[in-house]
Amino acid sequence: MLDDFLVRAALAGVGLSLATGPLGAFVVWRRMAYFGDATAHAAILGVALALATGLPIVAGTLVVAAAMAVTVAGLAARGWAMDTTLGVLAHSALAFGLVAVSYFPSVRTDLSSYLFGDILAVTRGDLGLIWGGAVAVAVLLLWRWQALLTSTLNEDLAHASGLNPDRERLVLVLAMALTVAVSLKVVGALLIAAMLIIPAAAARGLARSPEGMALGATLIGALATLAGLRLSLWQDTPAGPSIIVAAAACFVVAAVLGRVRRA
Amino acid sequence: MSLISADHICVRLGGEEVLHDVSLRLEPGEIVTVVGPNGSGKSTLLRAMLGIVPVAGGRVTRAAGLRLGYVPQKLMIDRSMPISVRRFLSLPLRVGAADVAAVLARVGMEGQQEAQLTALSGGQLQRVLLARALLGRPQVLMLDEPTQGLDQPGEAAFYRLIEEVRTETGCAVLMVSHDLHVVMAASDRVICLNGHVCCEGAPHVVSTAPEYRALFGLGTRGALALYRHEHDHDHNAGPDHGHDHHHHPHTHDHHHA
Repeated sequence: MLDDFLVRAALAGVGLSLATGPLGAFVVWRRMAYFGDATAHAAILGVALALATGLPIVAGTLVVAAAMAVTVAGLAARGWAMDTTLGVLAHSALAFGLVAVSYFPSVRTDLSSYLFGDILAVTRGDLGLIWGGAVAVAVLLLWRWQALLTSTLNEDLAHASGLNPDRERLVLVLAMALTVAVSLKVVGALLIAAMLIIPAAAARGLARSPEGMALGATLIGALATLAGLRLSLWQDTPAGPSIIVAAAACFVVAAVLGRVRRA
Repeated sequence: MSLISADHICVRLGGEEVLHDVSLRLEPGEIVTVVGPNGSGKSTLLRAMLGIVPVAGGRVTRAAGLRLGYVPQKLMIDRSMPISVRRFLSLPLRVGAADVAAVLARVGMEGQQEAQLTALSGGQLQRVLLARALLGRPQVLMLDEPTQGLDQPGEAAFYRLIEEVRTETGCAVLMVSHDLHVVMAASDRVICLNGHVCCEGAPHVVSTAPEYRALFGLGTRGALALYRHEHDHDHNAGPDHGHDHHHHPHTHDHHHA
């Protein structure tokens, strides 16, 4: 069954949704959209690092994404104006990454696969990495779920309950870096943030609880992957962007459903 | 022995000394209110006593195993998170349905388990926050401007509720407030803060103290005089901020029911 590239692609997307669903919910709740962008864009720099050092691509992107995520979280804790800082970091990371990879002629022709993903070329090995990483993220978030929710609602409240909001923030930062590293192949650096935000935003209108929203985001992410692959096959469109198009369609449908239900 | 005390604490935020040589003790069952103008360090004092901000000098001591309930100034409940009252009360510790029902009834929110937090009014949200703090059966309840954004009847009702809770559970209450007139009536002891303790004691004693009047003006029932004053009394703006005004350790009478 895994011999079929479409089956592998579908499994890759569904696996990734296990991470992007719950993590995306936190990205929306904590207004971390730009943070996701900065981390994801740094992944291109990670590709360059991997090519230069001979590391596996996943390892290179993980290292650079983690460094970027920790930097951004550190700046945020010191009260930098996040909107501007993140804007500077996100776009600079992307530009530096693009310049850096241009030194590797083999990638030049292949750049779009890093920017927009190459889900149809997912190998068995990739599949193992994607599922391993996504399950690790999901388990991490589940394990810290109560503490993460509390400190997302109010850090002082978390503190007074004996929790450490800084530690919970670090959990999210690491989850973000890991998610970016494993999703590069699926949707690419430019669309990872979309995969985080759009399914979670779509689930918001339908959910009554934080858990419902995280689960809904996971299901919508998986659904969008399958629908996007279908669209890609049918219209011969690039797979990564097609998945996001499907997710956006889900968002519109959910928004309409939510409105109808409330009316 | 005191439940929680601050001994000569100093707190610096961003290089600026926000609290200087502040001491405060909280005894079982008493309601203590910290009043002061905006920027006087009231919230910082509470946060220092909770251990959220570190003290640069002095120390905060808690009784061993102290159970502490905290009601934050306000909950910035983002519309992006769907969450019901019941779910919120189970953070971070899971709570049984019977306990949830009981505590909601106690704060006058019976039957509101399934209401979404975002749909609550300001007063209702404060009651839910109080309910959450009460679930831990606190010996000390700390509230940071709990009635901000409430109208006057709402304020009075909320302070009555605090007093009832104190009477029933015997917990001590430390509140921060800038709405003076209502608070004064509900407190056993008032501490007037402006970076340091200006004066403290029973409400009627504090309200006639010259330091208090310098801060809040005369005959305004307090509420109208919330301007940031430039100078209260003899400050020598020396490097060690040494000033030699007299504290007023007024004796205070408890109104335990």
